[in-house]
Amino acid sequence: MKPIIEISRLCKNYGKHRAVNQLDLSIQQGEIYGLLGPNGAGKSTTILMLMGLSEPDSGSISIDGIDAKRQPLLIRKKVGFLPENVAFYEDMSALENLIFTCRLNGITRDQAMKVSQSLLNKVGLEGRGQQKVSTFSRGMRQRLGLADCLVKDPRVIILDEPTLGLDPIGVAELLELIKDLNEKEGITVLLSSHHLHEVQKICHRVGIFVEGQKLAEGTINSLADQLFGPQSFTLELEAYSSDNELITPEQIKRLTKGQYEILKVLEKSGCLLLTMSQENVSGIAKLLIEQGYRLEKLLPKKPGLDEIYQRYFQDHPQPLYA
Amino acid sequence: MKFTNVISKTIPNHYMPKWPRMKPLDFGSLGSDLIENFKALTHNYAPGYLPRGIFRVVVEKEISDHIKSWRFIILAGILILTGIGAVLSAYQTISTSLEASRWEDPFFSLRLFTAAENGLPSFHMLISLMGPLLGIGLAFDAINAEQIRGTSYRVLAQPIPRDYWINAKLIAALAVVSVLLLAITLCVMGSGMILLGAIPSIEEFWRLLGFVVISTFYIGFWISLALLFSIIFKQPATSALASVAAWLFVTVFYSILVTMMGQMVSSMRGGYLVWTRSLMSLLPSQLYSDAVSVILIPEIRSLGPLNTAQTYGAIPSPLPIGQSVLLVWPQITGIIALCLLCFAISYRIYMRREIRSR
Repeated sequence: MKPIIEISRLCKNYGKHRAVNQLDLSIQQGEIYGLLGPNGAGKSTTILMLMGLSEPDSGSISIDGIDAKRQPLLIRKKVGFLPENVAFYEDMSALENLIFTCRLNGITRDQAMKVSQSLLNKVGLEGRGQQKVSTFSRGMRQRLGLADCLVKDPRVIILDEPTLGLDPIGVAELLELIKDLNEKEGITVLLSSHHLHEVQKICHRVGIFVEGQKLAEGTINSLADQLFGPQSFTLELEAYSSDNELITPEQIKRLTKGQYEILKVLEKSGCLLLTMSQENVSGIAKLLIEQGYRLEKLLPKKPGLDEIYQRYFQDHPQPLYA
Repeated sequence: MKFTNVISKTIPNHYMPKWPRMKPLDFGSLGSDLIENFKALTHNYAPGYLPRGIFRVVVEKEISDHIKSWRFIILAGILILTGIGAVLSAYQTISTSLEASRWEDPFFSLRLFTAAENGLPSFHMLISLMGPLLGIGLAFDAINAEQIRGTSYRVLAQPIPRDYWINAKLIAALAVVSVLLLAITLCVMGSGMILLGAIPSIEEFWRLLGFVVISTFYIGFWISLALLFSIIFKQPATSALASVAAWLFVTVFYSILVTMMGQMVSSMRGGYLVWTRSLMSLLPSQLYSDAVSVILIPEIRSLGPLNTAQTYGAIPSPLPIGQSVLLVWPQITGIIALCLLCFAISYRIYMRREIRSR
């Protein structure tokens, strides 16, 4: 299937600084794709170029078969965009703000009223339409921003740091809303974030961005494989011997010798971290219990984006400045 | 048959129009074809194609922003006070010194706008002083305030060309200013009718309309200048200060400089008056007051000094409106050109700038 967003060999320089470097990206219809990276990694620049708001130095971008360089207006007609720190006209009501956006998109005044009202309902701002935006909380503004994107009835929406500055409940609600839009209306979502857990929660695929380059891409699990190698597998173990002492690394190594391969054992406060080549939770549990240990905890740890992220920056403390 | 042969022989082949070959109509697919064509038209802009009326929406938004703002109320208040002041000062002047000639004066209504005595300024002098303030007040934060708040970013992500934004800023401010000026001018005219019984003739009316148009462009110059500063400087406070500085330079310092330079140059070559005049006429405010004086005072026959040969045989009568306009045509075009030049520079800087969120 042809990808709905396709970027190839995209470059953008600001003076000598290379903001985006040879970026290739393709996103399929119906996906939620997360652009993940630290501040200044070139996420926003990429998004600006996708919206035709900034001119790429080289490379090509197409969304839904439209060339962003040649037909930026058409892109902006069809793609919803939530900028970072979205701002509304404070002295206008939420409804008026939406109506203005509608009218900029060529919707007539009567129609705009209906569209805006239904969008407010959709993002959970029922009854708040007449309120001035200056009275809105940050979470409500983000919702209104989402409604603002949906004015165009888009197939693709691009969200730049949608969860920035929201409280945990606000984040959860907003993500739920985005997920809903994706599942119920089949809208393809591209979002950028430096907040790992959020991206992890809803994104089907994630691309990690550093210094304008895409370092790795894939589902969270496959990313772990790419960065840690496929052999990595971590268990958190807490077991006590009959005389109530925590099992030592030597003991566990001795126990499993010849049966399971343990690559590394680390002692952490009150437990052990085992790095193994295979997942064998039940086998190890059985072994420990047979040997008379009192097993308190045996927890398989999947590497989250946190670890992936940190792992990367541990390996490359000084990123790729040429 | 014969006839067609004749035609085809006498007219060379390449003159015959070639008709495109028609496809046989397939009515079955006609409906869906139409829908497809319509879709193509509405969903794929050919380059340059836009839904109509969007520019109007942006302008309407800007105008309503202006009208609802406190700033506009303050500026309008200043202008209304100007109008009242002008009427009062004219009333005083007219009732003391012009009373005698009032029935012979064919331009009595215009005196309301130009009469000045005892240090009280006339209406057009007040406008030449307040106009810059009005223009600067309407536009000094046009672009940068929205950039700081982040609202411009969201608007530019809509399917509108970038220049709609800046064009709408200028047009909206000009519209607001012209309506305001027209209203004040008509009010002054009306109060003249009530207070003094001065009924304007049609020529006086046209002259006043010309005054409003020239004033609008003069204020338009200050709007474009403030717009330019609001693009160059990131902070509204800085751009406001820069605009006010430009205003002060023009009204105070430039004339001091010109006087000094005129003295210097004329001590070497002579011709003090010519030098200072030509240097002063670079000033928008000078252009404006020249143009407006001539338009509002029909008796002015020349802007410069006249020698005896030029005045010999001239009948000291007022000029018809066409001749007045002709006399200050350079000033009028100069004001409009300055306004457009300023806007062109802002346009260029604005269009070439990167959009970043903050």
